Amino acid sequence: MSPLPFNLTQEELRAGAVGAALVIVAALLPVFDQAYYLALGVNIMLYAALCTAWTLFSGPTHYISLASAAFFGLGTYSVGLGIDHLPFPLLVLIGAGCGAVLAGIVGVATLRLSGVYFVIFTLGLAELVRQLVSWGQSKITTRMGLYVFTDFTEKHIFWMLLALTVLVFITGWLINRSRLGFAMQVIGNDETVARHVGIDTARAKIILFMISGAFIGIAGAICAPRYAYIQPNSAFNPTISFLVVIMALLGGTKRLWGPLVGVIPFTILMDFVTAKFPNHTSIVMGIAFLAIVYFIPNGVTGLIEQARTKLRSRMGAPAVKPGEVQP
Amino acid sequence: MSMPALSVRVARKTFGGLVAVNDVSFDVRQGELLGLIGPNGSGKTTLLNLISGALKPSGGEILLGGQPIGGLAAHHIAQKGVARTFQLVRVLPSLDAEQNVMAGAVFGHRRTWGAEARALARELLHRVGLGGREHVPVSAMTYIDQKRIELARALASDPRVLLLDEWLAGLNPTELQVGISLIDELRREGRTIIMVEHVMDAIRTLCDRCVVMSSGVKIAEGRVEDALSEPEVVRAYLGDEDA
Ligand SMILES: Nc1ncnc2c1ncn2[C@@H]1O[C@H](COP(=O)(O)OP(=O)(O)OP(=O)(O)O)[C@@H](O)[C@H]1O
Ligand SMILES: [Mg+2]
Repeated sequence: MSPLPFNLTQEELRAGAVGAALVIVAALLPVFDQAYYLALGVNIMLYAALCTAWTLFSGPTHYISLASAAFFGLGTYSVGLGIDHLPFPLLVLIGAGCGAVLAGIVGVATLRLSGVYFVIFTLGLAELVRQLVSWGQSKITTRMGLYVFTDFTEKHIFWMLLALTVLVFITGWLINRSRLGFAMQVIGNDETVARHVGIDTARAKIILFMISGAFIGIAGAICAPRYAYIQPNSAFNPTISFLVVIMALLGGTKRLWGPLVGVIPFTILMDFVTAKFPNHTSIVMGIAFLAIVYFIPNGVTGLIEQARTKLRSRMGAPAVKPGEVQP
Repeated sequence: MSMPALSVRVARKTFGGLVAVNDVSFDVRQGELLGLIGPNGSGKTTLLNLISGALKPSGGEILLGGQPIGGLAAHHIAQKGVARTFQLVRVLPSLDAEQNVMAGAVFGHRRTWGAEARALARELLHRVGLGGREHVPVSAMTYIDQKRIELARALASDPRVLLLDEWLAGLNPTELQVGISLIDELRREGRTIIMVEHVMDAIRTLCDRCVVMSSGVKIAEGRVEDALSEPEVVRAYLGDEDA
């Protein structure tokens, strides 16, 4: 019932079973199709991983980060620069480390400020990192890109991204039952009270942002072999940051699985738009963003939850505790 | 004499040109219940804010058991053993009663977790008269019950010094009696408390000593009856209809 006991609840067991079944079904996709649907599946899996990792931090704090592309690009470049020298798994870890370190720096610099500054700072930072990498690359290598040759095919990347998504969910669940998760609940309710019961609110947020940044870095590292030829403009593409925000908000960030509800339809939509109207993707993103913020600020899952609470209170049943954040 | 639990030394807080706390000094002894009184706007809450770290002092020093805490971040001060309630009650609305109290038991001066924190929260809820209501959402509770939650949350950290900011305000006469006896119980068990209050009966019944403030300045300190009869205190209160 309450998120704090150390034993599993019925509800958690059920969620775990459903989750495991879904993972098995998803893992079978490459068996059935190796072409169009697998490519679409990789995109969906990528944004599933990115959006849940993003929500890990932005869900409880309500800070909107536009730095995803920076973490992602650092992961991609870790692999791009190191693939001839180090084993791939180690490079993935290095990508995670780079993401975490950058998130830590951003956090220390901005999380004491209000949300608006945070959005702008993260957007500017991602752009700055991209420019620095471009500049560095042109100075040092006189080439604009890096070649990444591996034996990985689409299906391997798909499975790795699936595994990453599972890992993000397990991490989110562990955080929720930890002191850090409880601290985030208190902070979400009243930051003044949080400080006065002894919570280092800045530290808690920074740790969470670093975890989130590390996972996004891993996603970037996993995707590096997909590009074959890595350029700053593709690895640090700001569209990634915007898509992550749009899809996560569309699904709703109150629960960790919320973004999935946004990721699946929106990735399919973007796929369709990119194929049919390649010059209009930005317009579609802009309109989608405005529509979500304006009409469904709490996302689809928020809408469903509201409807359910309304129904329950009409039927006189005891209300659910709204603050319980569950993965 | 043993070391004071809390010493306020020439504490000062200015907001622009306004001096809200003007070089105030006093000691709180171990196990003492000190009343902090004064007309509206005299700087009582601001002083508590300096002690709890909600605000940084513009000058002076605050010592907890001899250790300087003035100007530290609120969470550090909480961890060192200062807990408080707020003049405008602050509960965690999306959490239930038990979780609200646990919040005080997990991160502060006493750091427990899991079953132990839960057991402590239940015990304290019982103590403040909310036994059996662990899973009621606090947003559905009455004002006095929310104040009880706040008190239980503050007690959950087993603080070395407890700050109560008008904890008795807004209670009806029956509730007031319950509230007074609850604080009396805390006093008897040896808690060190600073209590800001407008309810003079409560101050007279409960406090060993009191400090009187007016316009940011400490104008009297001592046994309650003595302090209240000082001419300057009488003057300060006569100009104030809330006295
Ligand atoms: N954050 C702030 N910024 C500016 N002025 C403030 C601030 N907090 C308090 N003040 C001013 O400082 C003075 C003292 O306020 P304070 O709240 O400490 O009084 P108080 O003794 O607690 O009064 P009350 O009995 O009404 O609660 C008042 O003039 C108030 O307007
Ligand atoms: Mg006050």
